[in-house]
Amino acid sequence: MFTNFGSNITRALTKYWGLFLEGIGITLLLSFITVFFGTIIGSILALMRRSRIKAVSVFAVGYVEVIRGTPLLLQLYLFYFMLPDLLPFMNLSKFACVSIALVINSSAYVCEIVRAGIQAVDPGQAEAARTLGLNGRQTMLRIVMPQAIKNILPALGNEFVTVIKETSLASTFFVGDLMTAYATVRGSMYLVIEPLVIVGIIYFVLTFSLSKLISKFERRLKASD
Amino acid sequence: MIETIDLYKDFGSLRVLNGINEHIEKGEVISIIGPSGSGKSTFLRCLNLLEIPTSGSVIFEGVNLMDKNVDINLHRQKMGMVFQHFNVFPHLTVKQNITLAPVLLKKRTQQEADKYADELLARVGLSDKAEEHPRRLSGGQKQRLAIVRALAMDPEVMLFDEPTSALDPEMVGEVLAVIKSLVQGGMTCVIVTHEMGFAREVSSRVLFMDEGKVQEQGSPDEIFTNPQNPRTKAFLGKVLR
Repeated sequence: MFTNFGSNITRALTKYWGLFLEGIGITLLLSFITVFFGTIIGSILALMRRSRIKAVSVFAVGYVEVIRGTPLLLQLYLFYFMLPDLLPFMNLSKFACVSIALVINSSAYVCEIVRAGIQAVDPGQAEAARTLGLNGRQTMLRIVMPQAIKNILPALGNEFVTVIKETSLASTFFVGDLMTAYATVRGSMYLVIEPLVIVGIIYFVLTFSLSKLISKFERRLKASD
Repeated sequence: MIETIDLYKDFGSLRVLNGINEHIEKGEVISIIGPSGSGKSTFLRCLNLLEIPTSGSVIFEGVNLMDKNVDINLHRQKMGMVFQHFNVFPHLTVKQNITLAPVLLKKRTQQEADKYADELLARVGLSDKAEEHPRRLSGGQKQRLAIVRALAMDPEVMLFDEPTSALDPEMVGEVLAVIKSLVQGGMTCVIVTHEMGFAREVSSRVLFMDEGKVQEQGSPDEIFTNPQNPRTKAFLGKVLR
């Protein structure tokens, strides 16, 4: 099986490098879209969770629990089949459906990241701000959030790493990401292991270098504390 | 200036304040002493509604702070508070710590606030630290910063919640000196403290609290040399020696 391993890898790379490159692009694009919008929606959810209006906080808690309590693959299927029926006038591409599912999934995790980041700020900070006469909003914006960001940013980076790996599930719908590239190469070259190894190495290089970058950034943040 | 009427505070089933009726006059310097868990800090934190009393009223300058229509933020500006753990803002410079609230709450322009901050920092010997971040300060320096941060709002009264309890012994003196200078300047102060010598020296009145009640009160001389209540005697017997 492994007799032609080296030459098969070379063959796959020379013939399909464009496909792998495109896969990297789409995987990164999908991850970026997911984390970007996931962060916006997740932050809003985190604030909703803290709302004094019961219905709002209950909704946010329910959303987070349901999304985190069901498999991503199931959510992908659900949105893939449900969204075009639900919103036929929008003419959603499958890339859009998959992106929406990923964003919704990630926002639940980001909500928890933001919440934990806020909770990790010493309550004495908010107390000190309130005794100076700042209202709740001013305290959150000027005192708590700037400190919470330092806890949140590194965790968001890690979420990005996780999402890069999770987007592989999107290949179920052939959206052109790295795993889709693998499936294509496998089909046309009748090779399983070699393209898998190539794609695996690419994933690892992506996530490993990103993790290193994040921990470097994290140390810088800590040093400025 | 501050009056509490039938103040009760429960944490779950635990009654921490058990009916406190006190009147604090302008210019008074009140030390609150007592064993830990006696409700001293909770009482202090009820005065600016950092803890919401379970029942009773807190009247500050004629306004019942417990009233739903009262904007508590407005009244808190007039009640400075200093905490055991300083709670200085680590993401701001020393000077920004002082100017943030007065500027944000439109009490002063940035220029005025900066100028006043320089004055205040000079008063507590921190002028050379103005542009530093608090992480570069010692505990004593942080607490002095916390005091002037509160002063920057021109408060009518200063509340001190065990201001020296988290300090290394050699730094206690510098913080007490700042508080003393405030007292000499006529500031109304309420000080929860374990520093008996200090309480005796600066207070105009001492409250001894135990089990959520003011058990005894009087001038420092009355309390420290001739306590009447057996609990006061027992407490002072343990801490003074």
